[in-house]
Amino acid sequence: MTLLTVTDLSVSFATNDGTVNAVNNLSFQMGAGDTLAIVGESGSGKSQTAFAIMGLLARNGSATGSVNFDGTEILNLSDSAMNKIRAREIAMIFQDPMTSLNPYMKVSHQMIEVLELHMGMSHREGLTEAIRMLDAVRIPDAANRIGNYPHEFSGGMRQRIMIAMALLCRPRLLIADEPTTALDVTVQDQIMTLLADIQEEFGSAMILITHDLGIVAGACDQTVVMYGGRIMEAGPTAELFATPGHPYTTGLISAIPRLDGDDEVLPTIPGEPPNMLGLPPGCPFNPRCALAREVCTQTMPAAEISGNRLRACHASLEEVA
Amino acid sequence: MNQPLLEATDVEVIFPVAGRGDWPWTPPRKLRAVSGVSVTVNEGETLGIVGESGSGKSTLARAIIGTVKASDGRILWKGDDLIGMTPETRRAHAKDFQMVFQDPLAALNPRMTVGQIIAEPLTTHFPNTPKGEVREKVQEIMEKVGLLPNLVNRYPHEFSGGQCQRIGIARALILRPKLLICDEPVSALDVSVQAQVINLLKDIQQEFRLAIIFIAHDLSVVRHVSDRIAVMYLGRLVEEGPGKELISDPWHPYTKALIASVPVPDPEVERGRHRAALPGELPSPLAPPSGCVFRTRCPVARDSCTEIVPERRKEGTRMIACPFAPEEVPIGN
Repeated sequence: MTLLTVTDLSVSFATNDGTVNAVNNLSFQMGAGDTLAIVGESGSGKSQTAFAIMGLLARNGSATGSVNFDGTEILNLSDSAMNKIRAREIAMIFQDPMTSLNPYMKVSHQMIEVLELHMGMSHREGLTEAIRMLDAVRIPDAANRIGNYPHEFSGGMRQRIMIAMALLCRPRLLIADEPTTALDVTVQDQIMTLLADIQEEFGSAMILITHDLGIVAGACDQTVVMYGGRIMEAGPTAELFATPGHPYTTGLISAIPRLDGDDEVLPTIPGEPPNMLGLPPGCPFNPRCALAREVCTQTMPAAEISGNRLRACHASLEEVA
Repeated sequence: MNQPLLEATDVEVIFPVAGRGDWPWTPPRKLRAVSGVSVTVNEGETLGIVGESGSGKSTLARAIIGTVKASDGRILWKGDDLIGMTPETRRAHAKDFQMVFQDPLAALNPRMTVGQIIAEPLTTHFPNTPKGEVREKVQEIMEKVGLLPNLVNRYPHEFSGGQCQRIGIARALILRPKLLICDEPVSALDVSVQAQVINLLKDIQQEFRLAIIFIAHDLSVVRHVSDRIAVMYLGRLVEEGPGKELISDPWHPYTKALIASVPVPDPEVERGRHRAALPGELPSPLAPPSGCVFRTRCPVARDSCTEIVPERRKEGTRMIACPFAPEEVPIGN
């Protein structure tokens, strides 16, 4: 069953320096309980995709296309209509837990507020439920600590609180935007294990937005690779890693130093991540691509679908491999 | 054997902190950020320092470079003690070690042009250098780090993160230092750019025969660049040894757990992986556990660990601060 269908989603921002097209013609689908990773560097449009789905774009941003959640069109809904969907159906975990939690409010208040507003619970019911959820994300001594302020928790614990808050209304879709970037590896490992457990327990689908291919490898069944606001490649994670079909994916995978590798010199992708104000014509990756040819600087390659894989590249599969 | 370039012995850094609710006249409590750490760096060698945030790795670097004062221990630079030195002598040595910072944009003065930023160490230490020579040296170093010399009059905000980090490296290199201290130099960069900067650092190291202290939390990056790796936990050195060997065959339970936590970009490896390797979080450095500081999270901790501070033992080229044999630690295998 399809839970979320995104079709031709484009996001643009009107700025003083001109229009920035942050996301262009993005399409993907996911079923209930699926895990999907959106991978890309800064400026790839991965976070703006999530914000557009959640209706959280900045004021100068506008989105076109279609986002269908379980049969309802939710793109550009009014705030009041969207508020019924946020938290209850789709919840989001943000990158920096300290700036996303209100420093003036006790954790208990922030959590109970959600339950009172969306689920119509009383304060007392809300408190019990909030404590149960903090227990579920393995916060020790939750019943006592729920009365603390966010600054009294460590970074890892704050991220657990964010996850607990997102789960309060048992949403069917969880969007995690770089949930572990600000954390140590050991804590990252704990959080990713927790997210996997939670997903099993609650059966929610998850979109994981990250730049870290290591996390994607362990956490997601499907992967979408974005660059310069466009999909470069998409497909099942295992196949995508084993046989990348796009020069950008290949470059990205080989540029990561590995604990079990032994390259003396790291293969690199030359050049810098794109400046979204001045994207090159054609394929946005062409200035950094080793396989670029004339047609790449003129037209954006059409997405070519074979089986469960999608790729957008002028070069043939044999050339990429 | 040659004299090591830098030899730090039993370095201690203590920060006084006021507790909540303390009166102004209450004596401050002592936060031991670095405790009894000894490291050596030889010419042309890279020492990687890894550990979670709060492990004291940056503080150790700052103590070496002199921005925080070590309260105890010795830091010898080619045999001269840096801690007891007068500020004047110290300044003379300061040319020899330079630092590269984590946040590339924040480390550059937004009101100075790239040329001014890169030239600043030179004009500070050698105020009499003729302008033409300064310009020449700046251009030369910009080319070395892969920046076009015609960008010399631009301001930092006109550059991307990777380029800003190159500017930071150029500034550190213009005095031709012997030792470069890099504090998380690539953690703010995108993966594709990160690889470029790592390769640049390695090239420069060979060309200038630089010694590098490379601090990072990303073990795979550290392994890639380091000859030796030191692992820190809560201000203490728990293990040290040749880089590749330490990663492929870690001895200390903390090192084992740290390595097991690193995600591998390979779905087949990841799927068949253990569950979270290291439970819990770093204890407060204000109230470190008695005995071995790692015992609260250690899977093989015994009663004796609460009492006895583990001694550092040397075995061949490696050092470990744990009384147990590596085979007794069942992590990551």
